[in-house]
Parts: sequence; C-alpha cells; structure tokens
Amino acid sequence: MKTENQRAWFFVLPVLLLVAFNALVPIMTVVNYSVQETFGNNVFFWQGLDWFEQILRSDRFHAALGRQFLFTFLILIIEIPLGIIVALAMPRKGMWVPVCLVTMALPMLIPWNVVGSMWNIFTLPNIGLLGYFMNDVLGVNYDMTQQPISAWITIVVMDVWHWTSLVVLLSYAGLVSIPDAYYQAAKIDGASPWKVFRYIQLPKMKTVLTIAVLLRFMDSFNIYTEPFVLTGGGPGNSTTLLSIDLVKIALGQFDLGPAAAMSLIYFAITLLVSWLFYTLMTKDDAQ
Amino acid sequence: MTIELIDACKQVRGITHIKPTSLKMRPGHFNVLLGQTGSGKTSLIKLMAGLDPLASGAILFDGEDVSRLSTQKRNISLVHQFFVNYPHMTVYDNIASPLRVAGMAKSEIDGRVQEAADILQLGPMLNRRPQELSGGQQQRCALARAIAKESRAVFLDEPLANLDYKLREELREQLPELFAGRGAVVVYATSEPEEALLLGGETALMHDGHVTQFGPTAQIYRKPATLAAARVFSDPPINAAAITKAGTQARMKTGVRWALEGAAAALPDGDYTVAVRPHHVTPVSVSPQTVAMEGTVQVTELSGSESSAHFQMGADSWVSLAHGVHPYEIGQNHTFYMDASKAFYFDADGRLVA
Repeated sequence: MKTENQRAWFFVLPVLLLVAFNALVPIMTVVNYSVQETFGNNVFFWQGLDWFEQILRSDRFHAALGRQFLFTFLILIIEIPLGIIVALAMPRKGMWVPVCLVTMALPMLIPWNVVGSMWNIFTLPNIGLLGYFMNDVLGVNYDMTQQPISAWITIVVMDVWHWTSLVVLLSYAGLVSIPDAYYQAAKIDGASPWKVFRYIQLPKMKTVLTIAVLLRFMDSFNIYTEPFVLTGGGPGNSTTLLSIDLVKIALGQFDLGPAAAMSLIYFAITLLVSWLFYTLMTKDDAQ
Repeated sequence: MTIELIDACKQVRGITHIKPTSLKMRPGHFNVLLGQTGSGKTSLIKLMAGLDPLASGAILFDGEDVSRLSTQKRNISLVHQFFVNYPHMTVYDNIASPLRVAGMAKSEIDGRVQEAADILQLGPMLNRRPQELSGGQQQRCALARAIAKESRAVFLDEPLANLDYKLREELREQLPELFAGRGAVVVYATSEPEEALLLGGETALMHDGHVTQFGPTAQIYRKPATLAAARVFSDPPINAAAITKAGTQARMKTGVRWALEGAAAALPDGDYTVAVRPHHVTPVSVSPQTVAMEGTVQVTELSGSESSAHFQMGADSWVSLAHGVHPYEIGQNHTFYMDASKAFYFDADGRLVA
C-alpha cells in the first residue's frame, strides 16, 4: 500500500521559514543593491549586471582576491599539518591531558578584536615585546607597520596562534577515538611509526580533518577583525584582504552597488571552494 | 611449538593484574582461557603477545625465553573482539600487510593471500575495503590475516563476541578446522562455558587474575577443583548452598536433608558447600535418588526447547534448567528435585572434596 499526499511539506515548513529569515531575506537585500544604483532618500536606478562586470574587471579586486587566496593557502598549509603534529604529541591519558586541552582551548576563547589588539601591541617596533626583541636584541629589521613582509608574517603567525588549536582539538578527538586494538595490530605486524600514522591514524582522522579543513578555509577566507585591528590593511594595501577591501568600499566610500556585487561574488567563491574541498576529501567514501 | 609460562606475573603501577602463573600450552588443539569479564584473559594474552611487559617470571616459546623479545620478533597473530583491519586498505592488502612488512616475495605473498582468502571464503571480496563488509566478513578478514602470516602462536581474544548468533555458531564450527595441522599454538579467550566445551582441547579457568585450573576441557568440566572454577564453568551459574554434614546426612539451612554417598559420606562432620548444575535441578523427579526441595519461583525463561526457573530457597537463589515447557507461576511455590548423585561438595576454603 502506498499513500501519497502533500503533508510532508508541513513538516519542512518551519525549517523553510527559518532559512528564509536568516539567510534568504538578507541575501535578497544584497541582491537588490547589487543590480541598482542607490542614492539618498531611497532613490534607485536599475543597473543590471554593470556592478558585477566592474568588480570582475577591477585590478583592485583581483589584487585583494590574490592576497586572500595567498593568506588562506598559507593558513591551511601551516595550521593543518602543525595541528596534526601537536595532536600526535599530546598525551592520551594522565594528569597532563586536561592541562593540554585547556591550554589549547585558551587562544580560541579570546575575542577576535582583542587578539588583533594584543598582537598589535606585542609586535609594535620599539615598544612591543616582540618588536623590541627582534629589532634591538636580535638586530633583525622587523616593522609590521612599514614593511609588507613583516606585516604578512605577523598576520599569518597571529592566525596560526589563534586557530591552530581548533585543528589540534579536532585531530586529538579523532586520535583518541582509535581503539588500542589497532595499535596492537600494528605492533604485531611490526609497522613503523610512519606506517601507523599513514594507515591507521590518518584514515581514522579523516572525517574530523575534513571538518577542520573546511572550517579553517571558511574562517580564514572570510577573516576580517584580526588583520583589520592589527594592520588596518596596510602598509599600503599589502594586507588588504577581500573582506577589508569590501568594508572600505561599502562603508568607507559608501558605494553600495559595487559592494553588494562584490559580496555576492565573494560568497560564490567561498561556496565554490568549500564545495570543491568537500567533494575532493570525501570522494573515496562515496565509492 | 609450545608456549610455557613460568611464574609469569604482570603488574601495572603496583597493582597486580596477573598473579604468578605457570602453564604449558601445546599445538594441535585449542587452548581455551575461560573466565568472566575482568578475570585477566586479555591481560594474559597481552603478556604472551609481548604487548605488555612482564613484571617477573618468564615466557618460553619452544623452550626459548622470549620475555625480552619485542612483539614483532615473537612472530604471533592476534584477533580481537573488535574487527581490527586497516581501514584504507583492501581486504587483499590487509591480509598481505604482515607478509609485506616481513619483506616476502610478491609471488609468495599472492599465494598465501589467495589460500587464506579461499579458506575463509573471502575470494570475491579481496578488492573491497573493510567498511564495505559485514561484521562477520570483517572478522574473517582479520582471521585470514592471522592464517596467512603462519605465525608460531595465534591469540584469539573473544573473536566471536561481537558477531550475531548465527554467524557466531557458523564461525565457531569452522575455527578448529582453520588452525588444524598448522603447528601454531592457538589460544582462545572466551567468557562462555559453552564455547569452551564446543571447542574442546584444553581449558585454563581464570579467576581474579590467576589460572585456577588447567587441563583437558571435559575433565575440568567434570571435576572443577574449586567452587570458583565450578562457577566460571557453568551457564546459567551453578547452584550453591551451605550444608552441615552429620553422619551420612547432609542438611541445608532450609531443612532439606539427604543421605550422602561415596566419598561425600566419608568426609569428617562439619560445614560444606553443595553445588549442583542447573540441569540437575528439575521440576520433575528423574530418579528415586533425587532430593525434593521447595522454592518460590522468581523468574522463568523459555529458550528453545529448554525452560529455566530461578527460585528462591531460604537465602539462596537457585536455577533449574529442564527440557520441555513447564507451567511455572511467578511468586508461587514449586517443588524442584535435585539429583544429589551429580552434586559437588566443597570445603570451607572452596576446594572440591567430593
């Protein structure tokens, strides 16, 4: 017997309403701005896809996008392996486990703008502890307010400090869930530590690592607060990442149309890359 | 190949897990470690496998002291209760992994993997990954790895515990054939007395971190040396009650009395414990020698062709196990008949005396 009716829609209705209010409606207002020229007193002129074309052709956008990809690439290439290594080095049992876990969680508990301020003061040449140490003790010319390279190193190190813990905690959760029996089996076979990592630990951590990569990608690709507080996008435009540039256009220049178009392109890129990561990393399981 | 333990003892941070144990296990049959959860079966296996260090004593493989030898060098296999296979390798690679680590030639590996896969009916699944297999197939893959390795000793630590009933029975029947004629010492840990009886061979009864009795399985079943051993080797648990012997009469606290015969009659007067297996306590009298006793029925179970009744008799809770369906009423008094000729008598220290 088969019953067919439309009742199922009632059950998904609450979710549809929720999604509509927290995602679709705000996005639609952005879509609205992106296709019009906006003046004061709610005066609008239809622009079509002009803003999109303008953004996609602009050198400024290309440069910001390039910096954004470079930043995210550096973050992932450093934080994921580093997180795994730290997780592997953490104790599995004993009194040091809670100590390690709390220490790891601390950076993540600090508000983002506080992280930015902390690192700003910490790295200022002459007065910051690190800035003073680098310049006056080690004699290295380091000034993140003047040199693009110094600024880049600083924002990357700051993000590594702030967020590697997330990868560590996720990897650690994956590691402790591996039953001892697997390690015993490897010991009986005489597998080397590298093989234990490659054939037991890595496959068993795969699910949490997929989540870690996705979270770190999305977070670092959309990062705003910390570099903004630290460098304000400077020196020059050298650390102006996409979100910082977007805010400059939207609030600094009040160009709502181009800012809205840029937001949508930004969103589309984030979505596309996330989907790519997810598809590539879960490809094996689908077979 | 033989495995010999000489006063082998294991301690972790001052706590003794395995009390000094001496055993000699031979190939050609199953060496069953029978004991309840926490009795030290897995600990003992880990000691023999070299996964845990020995606190004192020695372990000999073929007379050679391997106590200080690493797990890998002992050349053993271990199959766990959980299905342990390398998750991202195919069944073929899983079976081949120990052979590859040992640096064996490709053609020889292929031959051994195919042979092991044939025996365990894994032929069509060689290219699949463990997570694509059923539980029974995953465990067969782990068993195939142990067989292909042709190690000196094979440790099976409750390998069937996580399988469903039908698969368990099927695999249990196949197990003795799998290892027959391979020359390896097979050690099989289980908590089920029935499994020990079905697998035969020799059994070491384990209780509280030491081996209480070791010998041919059937012999141990017939003559458990201690009350603890009798308890371990009975499912449902063996019935026990305190008795007082005076002359040739045995008397329970509830007043049930019977005449002792043979060795039991010759014991000095005093306090003893009587123990009777559940299937020697029946709701109908099977012979003129049975002793009638009354108890309040608490729980009844019907399993296949047998029915069991748990009944309260004074301070003791007893179980009766009998063929057929019997009309018990919960909370009602029933008369049960104990076959006194099948009873065991233990002294105050729990040692078998008759």
